[in-house]
Amino acid sequence: MISAAKQLWNNVKNKVIFKRMEVLKIATAGSVDDGKSTLIGRLLYDTNSVPKDKLEAIEAISKRKSLSYVDLSLLTDGLIAEREQGITIDVAHIYFNSSTRKYIIADTPGHVEYTRNMITGASQSQASLILVDARKGISEQTKRHLYISTLLGIEHIALVVNKLDLVDYSEDCFTNITIEFAALLHQMAPKTNFQPIPCSALYGDNVAFSSINMPWYSGPTLLAWLEGISPKSTLDELPFRLSVQLAVRPQTTTWRDFRGFAGRISSGKLAVGDTITALPSGLSSVVKGLYLGENTVDTASAGDSVVVVLEDEIDISRGDLLAKGKLPEAQNNLNATLCCLSDAGLSPAKNYLLQGGVVRTKAKLNGILGTIDPAVWNLNPKNKHIGLNSIAKVGLKLAKPLYADNFSQNKTTGRFILIDEQTNNTVAVGFVEDKC
Amino acid sequence: MKNYDFAPALEHEAIYILREVAAQFERPALLFSGGKDSITLVRLAQKAFYPAPIPFPLVHIDTGHNFPETIAFRDWLAQETGAQLIVRSVEDTIQQMGLTEEKGKYASRNALQTHTLLQTIEEFKFDCCIGGARRDEEKARAKERVFSVRNDFGEWDPKRQRPELFEMLNGKINLGENVRAFPISNWTELDVWYYIKQENLAIPSIYFAHKRAVFERDGMIWPDSSFIFKTAEEFVTEQTVRFRTVGDMTCTAAVDSKADSIEQIIDEIAASTLSERGARIDDKRSEAAMEQRKKQGYF
Repeated sequence: MISAAKQLWNNVKNKVIFKRMEVLKIATAGSVDDGKSTLIGRLLYDTNSVPKDKLEAIEAISKRKSLSYVDLSLLTDGLIAEREQGITIDVAHIYFNSSTRKYIIADTPGHVEYTRNMITGASQSQASLILVDARKGISEQTKRHLYISTLLGIEHIALVVNKLDLVDYSEDCFTNITIEFAALLHQMAPKTNFQPIPCSALYGDNVAFSSINMPWYSGPTLLAWLEGISPKSTLDELPFRLSVQLAVRPQTTTWRDFRGFAGRISSGKLAVGDTITALPSGLSSVVKGLYLGENTVDTASAGDSVVVVLEDEIDISRGDLLAKGKLPEAQNNLNATLCCLSDAGLSPAKNYLLQGGVVRTKAKLNGILGTIDPAVWNLNPKNKHIGLNSIAKVGLKLAKPLYADNFSQNKTTGRFILIDEQTNNTVAVGFVEDKC
Repeated sequence: MKNYDFAPALEHEAIYILREVAAQFERPALLFSGGKDSITLVRLAQKAFYPAPIPFPLVHIDTGHNFPETIAFRDWLAQETGAQLIVRSVEDTIQQMGLTEEKGKYASRNALQTHTLLQTIEEFKFDCCIGGARRDEEKARAKERVFSVRNDFGEWDPKRQRPELFEMLNGKINLGENVRAFPISNWTELDVWYYIKQENLAIPSIYFAHKRAVFERDGMIWPDSSFIFKTAEEFVTEQTVRFRTVGDMTCTAAVDSKADSIEQIIDEIAASTLSERGARIDDKRSEAAMEQRKKQGYF
């Protein structure tokens, strides 16, 4: 079994046979010292994804530090301050390929104070690997990361119970942690594709290769589980949405009358001949042409960066939404769950810029329903203070109406960020909920 | 039969980022080195705005120590694409600012480039510089955002990076600050080569195997040039080599290679046990050479 897996990897590496490659983005999460960076290091190491010179460099450092093993976390903790303290401060991005796809791993920090960086990494990802130290069990930080992963709408979650070697590869230990975790996940997001995996990242048990130390476990290795996830997006099935990034008007002799609208399709499909509606104007037109670079195409789908040419000259500019099917409603007041990413917190007295897709409008907090402690998961209506890493249910008043879908119905058009007008920093991420 | 297929999602993402740069900034520029990554960026920019021309100039910071092949290629590409080309020279900065050049065996203008880059940003009031840096290249780059905010002095603060959520890019900055935008952050070295093959892009000749006068130092193959001081024991020989990355002649080592087509280059890289920047002398100075340069304003 192990040799078969190795053979597969070697084939891939030597022959470079890539079909039309898909991309799967994954994020790690978990508390400090649960071994996230080591797990990724192990994944890279066991898939022969570490070049020899990099490996030699970390072997030399491990030796200098008098470690009895190669410290694989050095592969990802790249900042001086991180190596000094042996912690992860910000997200590192790591890449490796399997035969049909390209993996992008966001290795995120475990410290509570760097939660915003964890959110940055997780928000880019389709799958989340939540690590738990087998000796410590589910911690406050595990619950926080699970809560955030489901809040961000991540569809695939693996519970990686790590350091099983330190509990004598105990099945009971693994089962107890899994039961507790599964109950939490069920409460929050029962539809999630969930897989618990017992591992030792340090020794490589059940990471890329099945473990001989845990004969009681018959489930997939972490790598096998990842390979089984379909990165194919369900976004194609939703109504068409495209947020216009800019108008393309060459005004050259060859293209004097050309007027196209550039943007990336958030959801759904678009075909030449389709009737679309531009919002906020509400005017409709028929798609005359679709460009992917210099090529014209008949159809395009979610994720494609296109230029749309319409039959009629209607007024469309940056931030306008092109939509088909059930149209989103104009909302001047939003209900949302927010996660605060700023040291200074959020204040009802301040004006913010709300950015949904590429469109921006001024916004103000209009009522705080309460905050949710992600470690205990209950809405506390008495706590109206939104500090760093707070999760809050709020109302927002907008200067211009936003054409947003509910996050539960359409993830791409139901999320937004808040920007502090004074500092220009991104201070919160939010998810649109049902109207009152 | 071998297939070298590219992941189209990477191209869509890069085009989205380039369009956000054009829409969110008043005076963006594309930092063009003549290397494969910036050549890829130029191609992506052509596609992102087609049929309109590329809406920003190409900026080259010329150290004076470039490979002549790279400079010739740069001028050809600017003409071919019709893009505006701005060249500023490190030599001029050294004169104006009275900077001291490094001396000895390992002297390089790599660090001095940053001064010229910052001067150029100020001269043209660029609010965003697009770069071809990729996160898989180097461990400090692995940490950087797609929109990386730099202060008035061009410095990067890795401990206080702006959160970047989903696909939403926040390019709002205060006066004097600027942003470095990295559209191919998520591409690997092989992705770039697959794309060069798919798009049939021209690249400077030094990427292909050729005969060159070289000498050995620290286990690496150095290109012989008048910019490099050689000791009496360092003998120049002729070898068939190619370059895997393109930087200055003073900081880019060659690799022993017979690859003279894109397909062969791809095969060679896929089988290589050395990382891409393993042949970059500028990265070998210390464990954190790249992070330290980025903090100073390097791109």
